[in-house]
Order: sequence, then C-alpha cells, then structure tokens
Amino acid sequence: MSTIEMKHITKVYGDGFKAVTDVNIDVADGEFLILVGPSGSGKSTLLRMIVGLEDISSGDMLIDGQRVNDRAPRDRNLSMVFQNYALYPHLTVFENIAFPLRLGKNKLPDDQVTKLVDDIADVLELREHLDRKPANLSGGQRQRVAMGRAIIRKANAFLFDEPLSNLDAKLRGQMRTEISRLQRRLGVTTVYVTHDQTEAMTLGDRVAVLRRGVLQQVASPRELYEQPVNLFVAGFIGSPPMNFLPATVGDGTLELPFMTMPTPEAVTRAKNKGDLVIVGIRPEAFEDATLVEDHQRAGGLTFDAEVDVTEWLGNEKYAYLPFEPHPEVQAALNELDRELDGEAMRTQLVVSLDGSSRIKQGDQASLWFNPAGAHVFDAESGINLTRDEVKAQQIADESEADRQRELERAQRKEGAPV
Amino acid sequence: MAAEISPKAKAWLAVAAVPIILYTLLPIGWILSLSLKGGTSITDRNYFPRHWSWDSYKYIFTGPAHNLFVPALINSIGICLIATIIGVALSAFAAYGIARLDFPGKRLILNTALLTAFFPAISLVTPLFNVWRSVHLYNTWIGMIIPYLVLTLPISIWTLTAFFRQIPWEMEQAAQVDGATSWQAFRKVVLPLAAPGVFTTAIISFFTAWNDFVFATSLSSTPGKAWHFDGAQTVPAALSYFTGKSNFIPPTGFVAAAAVIVTIPVVILVLFFQKRIVAGLTAGAVKG
Repeated sequence: MSTIEMKHITKVYGDGFKAVTDVNIDVADGEFLILVGPSGSGKSTLLRMIVGLEDISSGDMLIDGQRVNDRAPRDRNLSMVFQNYALYPHLTVFENIAFPLRLGKNKLPDDQVTKLVDDIADVLELREHLDRKPANLSGGQRQRVAMGRAIIRKANAFLFDEPLSNLDAKLRGQMRTEISRLQRRLGVTTVYVTHDQTEAMTLGDRVAVLRRGVLQQVASPRELYEQPVNLFVAGFIGSPPMNFLPATVGDGTLELPFMTMPTPEAVTRAKNKGDLVIVGIRPEAFEDATLVEDHQRAGGLTFDAEVDVTEWLGNEKYAYLPFEPHPEVQAALNELDRELDGEAMRTQLVVSLDGSSRIKQGDQASLWFNPAGAHVFDAESGINLTRDEVKAQQIADESEADRQRELERAQRKEGAPV
Repeated sequence: MAAEISPKAKAWLAVAAVPIILYTLLPIGWILSLSLKGGTSITDRNYFPRHWSWDSYKYIFTGPAHNLFVPALINSIGICLIATIIGVALSAFAAYGIARLDFPGKRLILNTALLTAFFPAISLVTPLFNVWRSVHLYNTWIGMIIPYLVLTLPISIWTLTAFFRQIPWEMEQAAQVDGATSWQAFRKVVLPLAAPGVFTTAIISFFTAWNDFVFATSLSSTPGKAWHFDGAQTVPAALSYFTGKSNFIPPTGFVAAAAVIVTIPVVILVLFFQKRIVAGLTAGAVKG
C-alpha cells in the first residue's frame, strides 16, 4: 500500500530525444491509474522510470513520500508484469511464481513458499500447471503466471506494461476483469500502461493521457469522456472516436457541414465572427430523428443528410455521412489522426443510431442531435473552449467517492488480502 | 518453431548424410585399424586388420612407452580442463559485460579479441619460449594454461557474447524488479538460459587446447612422471617422441593407439553434452 508521486519527471535520451517532459501525477493509495497514449507517447518509459529500469533525467519520483530516484529496482519493492511476461523459461511455473521469495530480503523457508505459491495458484487457477514449464503454457496461462509472480510478494505497488496486448480479443476481455477484480481485492496501488482506450476506460480509477511525452490530462474516465481538455484527448477517448467538424463562427451560430448550431457562450467570448473552429460531437450524441420522442426533440437540432453506408450491430447502427473537408482544418485533423495511429480515411461524420432505426445506406435521412454534448475546439491549439471546469470538478469528486466506496466494499467482501 | 520435416524429406536427408558420414569416418576407421594391427602387418595395405592385437595399446599403457604416454595423458586432461574452466568463467563475465553494458571502447575490445585469434600461433611461440624460460614457467602446467587461455578466450568471448545477446533483456529486468541483485540475476536467470552457449564454448575451448601441438611442443620438454606434475608435455607433443621397437621401424601402431585413446574423451564429451548444446531453451519465455 503506497502512494506514488511524480514531480516534474523528465526523460532525455543520450541523443537529446525527450521521451517524457515534465510529468506530474500523484497516485493515491490503492488507486488504479492508467497511463495511456499512442505508441511513442512515453507511457512505457514513464512506467520504467517508476520501477527503476530507466534513469530519471530530472524531477523527483516519490514512493510513500520517499525519493527513490537513485534506488535500484530491487530496493523499490514494486512488482511488475511485462508486456511479453518475461517468465523464466528454465524454471517451472511453481519456481517462476516463487522466484521473488527465493531472493535476498524476501527469502522465506520452503514450507512457507509452498503455501504462498499454492494460495496464489488457487486464485489464478494455475494449480494443475505448477510443474510445467512456461513454454508449454497457453498465452493466458503465461499471463497468469506473470501476475502470480507479481502478487506473491507484499509489493508497494503493481506495475503493468501492456499486459494484455499479446492475448486474443476474447481472452483480453476475461483477463481485464480478472485484473480489475484482483486489484480491488488486494487494494494495492496500481499503474497500468496501455495504448488501448477501452482498457483505459474500463480499468482505471483515473487515466493519464500522454502525447509525445507530455501529459495532456489526468482524470476519471468519465471526465475524459465528457470534459476533455483538448482535441487530442477528445479524439483518443471513445469508440468510435469523436467526430471533428470544421465550423465557422457566425452571428450567434456555428456553421457546420450539414447543419447550423447556436454558438456556446464560451466560444462567443473567445472567438470573433468568421473565425475557424473545430466542433467535436460524439457519434452517440446523434439519433434517428424519427425515433426521438417529441418532448426531447425540442432540446436538439434536426437536420437532413444523405447516408453513405450503414452498419447494423444489433443494439446499435452506425451511419457514415461524408462531407467536404475544410482545407485549413484538415491539415490539423490529419496530423491528429496520424498521432492516434488512425489511417487517414475520408472525412465523414459517424453517427451511432438506435438498433431499431430503419435508415438504410443511400437514404436521405433525418437526424437529431443535442448540441449541449458538443465541444468546440480552437482550430490551432486544439484547446477545448467549452470545457466546464465546475462540472469537471464535480465529476472528479464523484469518481473519487465511487472509488473509495468500491475499494471498501471489495475489501470487506473478500476479507483480508491474500 | 521450425516446421516439422516430412518423413519423405527425412529419408532423403538420411540418404544424403551417408556419404558425408563415410567420408569423415574413413580416416578415423583407418587409425583404429592401424592401432589394432599388431607388429609388421601395419604395412600390409589392408584397410581392415587381418590379425587383431592389443599390442599397441599394451605398449603405450604398460609397455616401454607408458612413462611417456600416461603422464602426458594426465597433463593433457588436467591442463585442458583447468584452461577451459578458467577460460569459460572469464569469457562469461567479459561477454556479459559486452552484451549488456554500453561503454566506450566496446567495439575495440571485440575487434582486438578477434584480431588476436587471427594472429598465427607460431609467431608467438619463440618470444613466449624465451619469456617462459626466464620466468620459470617453461615446462609447467601454468606455463601451458596461460597460452591456452590466450588461444581460446577470443573465440569464447565472441560465441558467448552472441548467446547473451539472444537472451531477452526483459528477463533480467524482471529478476531485478523481483528483488534480485545484478549477480543473482546473472547467476539465476542469465547463466541457466545461456547454458547451451556456455557448454558449446567450453567444448570449443577444450578441443582447442586438447588438439594443440605448437604450444605444447615448444613450451614443454617432458611429460614428467605420472602424478608428480614435474612436466607439462601433453599427448600431441608426446606423440612425436614415440619411437618404434627399433630405429628402423616407425612407431605407427603406437601413435595410432594413442590417437584413439585421445579421441575417446572428445567423443564422450560431445555425447554427454549433446542435449545441452541444443539451443532453443528460451522457447516460450516470451510470446510466440
């Protein structure tokens, strides 16, 4: 049980490349923090600096208030699950899990080791595999062995480096819930690196979004989703991703492709008439106008557009509406797309409709959306002009309260940690 | 994992292997045959001996030549084993450092090591002979072990460096996070994983020293008395001092018998370590 504080952490490589720049994050005791970002964002480097496998160029790393910058990994008492598991191939599963207990200050007598490993093996359902070698295990089993090795020791914190990226989709889902349950039950501070926004949203108490080594936003998944600070965070969080539409500020209105919406107050203050902005609207904010109930309809805008392609997924239906890109904004959006590892596709609006919608491809459809859910971004800096700080704070407080409650409940239910 | 070879391809490979095996076994069989032909039948121009006899073996183990051969055999085994053990230990540390650490002059060390391996041994022998005489290392075990280390270290460092580089660094980092010191990580994780490499290196070193003639014949004069360690001549050098039963009969049979005896440890070593030499121990450590 520990807190981890990162103060102005910077990593500069020998060739002058800045992998991590001035990152400040406090991880609370028992908190599950996610470091997320596209490849090359410095998230793994940051994790390796916490555990001590990478030197810190400047800044302070504090674990439980103690500066650990100059401590070797073994003196930080953290445990880590590596992306490729890094199991010891010459040892059996039993010895792999017991490995930390066979060394130096963690050394325990054999009977105690056996008991601990057996307990862990029961939790992770590895009982019948204890005598096998890692080479003979499936991906999911190897993953569990790596986790067993991490949790057998009373470590101050768990660190995960993209632990699920080598598993197939189904197993990934299972292991995700497994990790979540384990973390709650043990109540151990956890830092988890992933490039997958779904993992970030589902696992994390808070999520830190990194871009090219610079921290963009640390917040609860809900806050990231509802009140992103900039274009990058907005584009990274959510699936399918947020639509970005070029818009021109008019007289109290914003001129978008397909429609015109009232200018939010914050935008009127920051921008002049004729300025170019980017409006971000989540696909979920749209609905088939025929399915919207009358009392709701007045709160939103209805517009007509031709649907290019639809995809029906049972519970929902995606519709794609191409539009003419705006040359000035398009460069910025393409750049963003590249950073988010997306393939530069045609400019189109993606809308998520109810599964019962009868809109078909080629139809001239009538769509409804609520402009309150839209965000307006500065076209150059990408800053969110419509972020509501009060609301964001409220979400943060609620999330923290939820976390505390969840943690207490999990601990009470499961009894003492393993 | 390599693809499975089909039974048909396997059969063809076996057929193709036969001429190669025959080609390599021919001279060995010839030596064996010579060692088993007694007396004058050596020159009878038959590949297979007509009369089997253990005379040559008796001659070198219990007969007149045993004072030469037995202590030489002891010297060979002792010197080569010690040189191998020291050589592997030293090269393991050196190779680990080269594979894992970044320091100025790393390439220089590797290239120099390779360069010394290319250096013709014969050019070292004369100066070494003079130095050894003045520092009283001539005809001593240490005096033999040192040149053998020089001979085997470069190649050992190179092979082990290659093996250490193959071991995923993450394995070691995992050990360090688990609480291991650098030494523990090396001993408990890296070394066992590099075992095939270590054994391969050990065997190469051992053979190099075992088969050496140039240093042995120049830096030692007598095999000494058995178990007295008062000489350092090894078998390859001692063979050249074999004499026939008279001045007019070449000691062909005795040399052949000694050669057979000297080959046996080599065969045993290879058979014994065959399994360990097979690489691929790291399969399954990481994904894939």
